[in-house]
Amino acid sequence: MRLDFKHIQAAHCENGVTISLLKNIGVQQITEPLAFGIGAGLFFVYIPLLKINNGPVIAFRTLPGLIFKRTCKALGIPVVRKKFRSKEAAEAFLNECLEAGHPVGCQVGVYYLPYFPKQYRFHFNAHNLIVYGTEDGNYMVSDPVMENTSTLTAYELERVRFAKGALAPNGQLYYPKENQIVTNDQVKKGIISGIKKNVFNMISPFTGPIVGVNGIRFTGKRIKKWRDSLGLKQAGLYLAQLVRMQEEIGTGGGGFRYIYGAFLQEAHAYIPNDDLLEISQTFTASGDLWRTAAVQAAGIYKGRIGSQEDFNVMGDYLLEIAEIEKKAFTALKNIKWQ
Amino acid sequence: MKKEDVPQDLGALGKITKEVCYATDESGKYITQLSAGWDVKITALDTAWQDVEERIAAAKQKVLNKEASPILFFMEKALMNIEILAGYTGFWQWQVKRHLKPEVFNKLSEKKLKKYAEVFNVSVPNLQTMTINEA
Repeated sequence: MRLDFKHIQAAHCENGVTISLLKNIGVQQITEPLAFGIGAGLFFVYIPLLKINNGPVIAFRTLPGLIFKRTCKALGIPVVRKKFRSKEAAEAFLNECLEAGHPVGCQVGVYYLPYFPKQYRFHFNAHNLIVYGTEDGNYMVSDPVMENTSTLTAYELERVRFAKGALAPNGQLYYPKENQIVTNDQVKKGIISGIKKNVFNMISPFTGPIVGVNGIRFTGKRIKKWRDSLGLKQAGLYLAQLVRMQEEIGTGGGGFRYIYGAFLQEAHAYIPNDDLLEISQTFTASGDLWRTAAVQAAGIYKGRIGSQEDFNVMGDYLLEIAEIEKKAFTALKNIKWQ
Repeated sequence: MKKEDVPQDLGALGKITKEVCYATDESGKYITQLSAGWDVKITALDTAWQDVEERIAAAKQKVLNKEASPILFFMEKALMNIEILAGYTGFWQWQVKRHLKPEVFNKLSEKKLKKYAEVFNVSVPNLQTMTINEA
């Protein structure tokens, strides 16, 4: 059985799942930048002391699941979301959903995902894909970061849905409950609430020192000390992890700034305030600087450069980014919405 | 980023699929563009894998020196940590920690060894002798 479903490739997996599922229920307006912006996807956090893959925990995105949840909520779309203890129940429920005609979003781990290149298969559990049918006992899968669709056997799908470790998916699946037409007015309201939420997450004084713009500044200051505190080799590994978190598929940091820039341009079509276009350019500048910083980091982990001065330059890039983004979000905060 | 600056450095992923990137066109409008990969990202990934290889080699040496059980070697090889391994085997983390000691490992029951062997996709004798059959 194969549901009527169109595969859409996206820059980021959860955006992709969100737009595919929403388009499928008749939300024509939705695009990846709109989903990302309405879902307030832009974020930053650096959690010192905690480690992942033996490196620092740095996230450029909100917690997995939030973009879908917030976007649906803002557009008034009811959502079904379920986690499972039993693998059998998880598969049975998935089959029921497909029978009922719902393509379903699933949270999965990538370590056992067979169509991913081996080099990318770490124990990362916040990936998202859509199951949209069955064929000869296999499941048909639309993975938004891939150009084409794939198939997984029942066992392969079960294994990635029940991956273990941090953020274990526990078979989590989700889908919009029913077909829905969304008006342009709802999109407009969603855009405004998404921007407000993102302003809060990035520059609110209540989020503390490791989150948002403060977090970027904090990381910049930390990086300058990494060479002394960790040694050159370990510091290089930490920077490589930063870049992987920043630019890799499914996470993205510099890339996220560009998507946010695109979001503000698209928002302008719903809310004709020219400030949005100008702020969009500031996000482009920030994205460019994130990429420049990544090139600097690469110089260090490749061993081409590595003096304290090089680490200072790296740290200063992040401090500069923090200033740019502070300016951009403050400008968004000051917009008067009619 | 301008659309002509979207990097096209072929990496492991680029051979399988291209990635969507957002970039600006001549008029400053955002569009999507496919990227084959970016050298900076590819070397970041390479650096991470070099570290993995070094950790595996270090684990192997520890096992040979009888400072750790073969579980450490297979755990590093599967890119796992104690938390993840506990998740897949169904043991508690403190149990896995104990099983990393050679003297405890040598007395493990067949049933427990089998659980580890299944997770690491090796036979029990290969688990005990730290042998890998590259399929």
